[in-house]
Amino acid sequence: MKSAKGTVFKYGDNVDTDVIIPARYLNSSDPAELAAHCMEDIDKEFIKKVKKGDIIVADKNFGCGSSREHAPIAIKAAGVSCVIAETFARIFYRNAINIGLPIVECPEASKGIEAGDEVEVDFDSGVIKNLTKGTSFQGQAFPEFMQKIIAAEGLVNYINGK
Amino acid sequence: MGMTMTQKILAAHAGLEKVEAGQLIEADLDLVLGNDITSPVAIKEMEKMNVEGVFDKDKIALVPDHFVPNKDIKSAQHCKCVREFACRNEITNYFEVGEMGIEHALLPEKGLTVAGDVIIGADSHTCTYGALGAFSTGVGSTDMAAGMATGKAWFKVPGAIKFNLVGKPSEWVGGKDVILHIIGKIGVDGALYKSMEFVGEGIANLTMDDRFTIANMAIEAGGKNGIFPVDDLAIAYMKEHSRKSYTIYEADEDAVYEEEYTIDLSELRPTVAFPHLPENTKTIDEIKEDIEIQQVVIGSCTNGRLDDLRIAAKVLSGRHVAKGLRCIIIPATQAIYLQAMEEGLLKTFIEAGAVVSTPTCGPCLGGYMGILAEGERCVSTTNRNFVGRMGHVKSEIYLASPAVAAASAVAGKISCPCKL
Ligand code: SF4
Repeated sequence: MKSAKGTVFKYGDNVDTDVIIPARYLNSSDPAELAAHCMEDIDKEFIKKVKKGDIIVADKNFGCGSSREHAPIAIKAAGVSCVIAETFARIFYRNAINIGLPIVECPEASKGIEAGDEVEVDFDSGVIKNLTKGTSFQGQAFPEFMQKIIAAEGLVNYINGK
Repeated sequence: MGMTMTQKILAAHAGLEKVEAGQLIEADLDLVLGNDITSPVAIKEMEKMNVEGVFDKDKIALVPDHFVPNKDIKSAQHCKCVREFACRNEITNYFEVGEMGIEHALLPEKGLTVAGDVIIGADSHTCTYGALGAFSTGVGSTDMAAGMATGKAWFKVPGAIKFNLVGKPSEWVGGKDVILHIIGKIGVDGALYKSMEFVGEGIANLTMDDRFTIANMAIEAGGKNGIFPVDDLAIAYMKEHSRKSYTIYEADEDAVYEEEYTIDLSELRPTVAFPHLPENTKTIDEIKEDIEIQQVVIGSCTNGRLDDLRIAAKVLSGRHVAKGLRCIIIPATQAIYLQAMEEGLLKTFIEAGAVVSTPTCGPCLGGYMGILAEGERCVSTTNRNFVGRMGHVKSEIYLASPAVAAASAVAGKISCPCKL
């Protein structure tokens, strides 16, 4: 996957992994089952409305809290193609890369994008276009090492390829 | 330009003379940890890798602790998956119900984490072992899988914030108050991607259990790890608990810190984090209103150790929990449980009207054994008070020390032993 394009769901600061996927559902590790409860503690509408390719945009410290990989897995399995945030919590950041969920840090984009906007992200260049508003932002491109993991579609394949 | 304590440990494990903040490295691991929630995902991932078994059966720890003894069929399936994997791969450090404990209390107690180690765990509170001068950090299940298969992990070398601790804490102030104070000051992303390095003469006034509590909650400030210098107390702890050899690393004189804070422990007061973020702190004196509560939880990887239980018992001794309030006390490991029994602490708890459970994470993550209903409030010695963390999305968690939690159980509202 080289780029993502979709409609935006917008959230604020400190979206934690307990609201991304509440622990009461962690007795399962099945992606489809996890996706069915994704974001339900902060946004009951999310799972009803999300379409394949949609994009999550948030403010600071997205994915803070527990190390559960179930969080990026749930988001990816819900169909989300990319998460853009001002900053990410570090364990979420590594987990997203390791499972192949594209994420981009870009404070300007998180300010300049609203819920419902159509957004396109180019992963190679890190450029984020807000098609609804006709604006564009330069997001952080991945360091080379991480690009390799992403190109291999996750750490498992990367290790197998080495 | 010198290196911080964390950077020195990482450099040594990456086979490099020198590393600097921002550098990507691959480091050798001394221990890889997983629990009953994260390990099944890791095991599935590892099975996709072209590897024959684990890198070292002695350097993996598997601790079913979140939903054990199993709360339902699905969690029983998860534990079965971990148990069978452990058996198949002859994992030395698999801890079954009856010998287990909450992972971050258990591993130091079993001597598996020592100074100078590089440890990853598929659990965010893996940062706890920094109390002993190890570099330890939480990762996800795929990292755990790669760690189990290869004995290596990739890291971005973190920059650091220095916390200079001075002075001596007053009565009823402990490690929990220190870390809540710090998180209140810098915020839940105040140390994002960074190491929190604790230094200063005040450390001598903190017990090992205080230090475990402080390092444990580094992640609640967004930190990659929290780390303490290795002093006589830490060495004595390792000698008592471990047969592993340890290595003491010290920060260079000219190490670079992005920020520095001085915290005078003598000025701290019992501190409570209000819903729904650990940074929403108030000292006990700043809480003017009566906040009535329905539940108290004393336990978890943050505050379920012996010191914590002793303090709770001191407060509860000769008193009774408020009518209609549930007070749930969970010793963090079997050894702590046993010692608490021998010291008579369990008797004190039961006589005070508290319930005492076998070690489990249980209520801390809203698993079972103390779930909150709509509109209920809980004072808890755990580490997260996010929306819905302990039950209903409209319930509330107030994070506090065992002293404040026990006093609140007696008063039926947020209180402090000094006010009973
Ligand atoms: S006690 Fe709570 S924070 Fe600690 S490991 Fe268990 S669930 Fe996680």
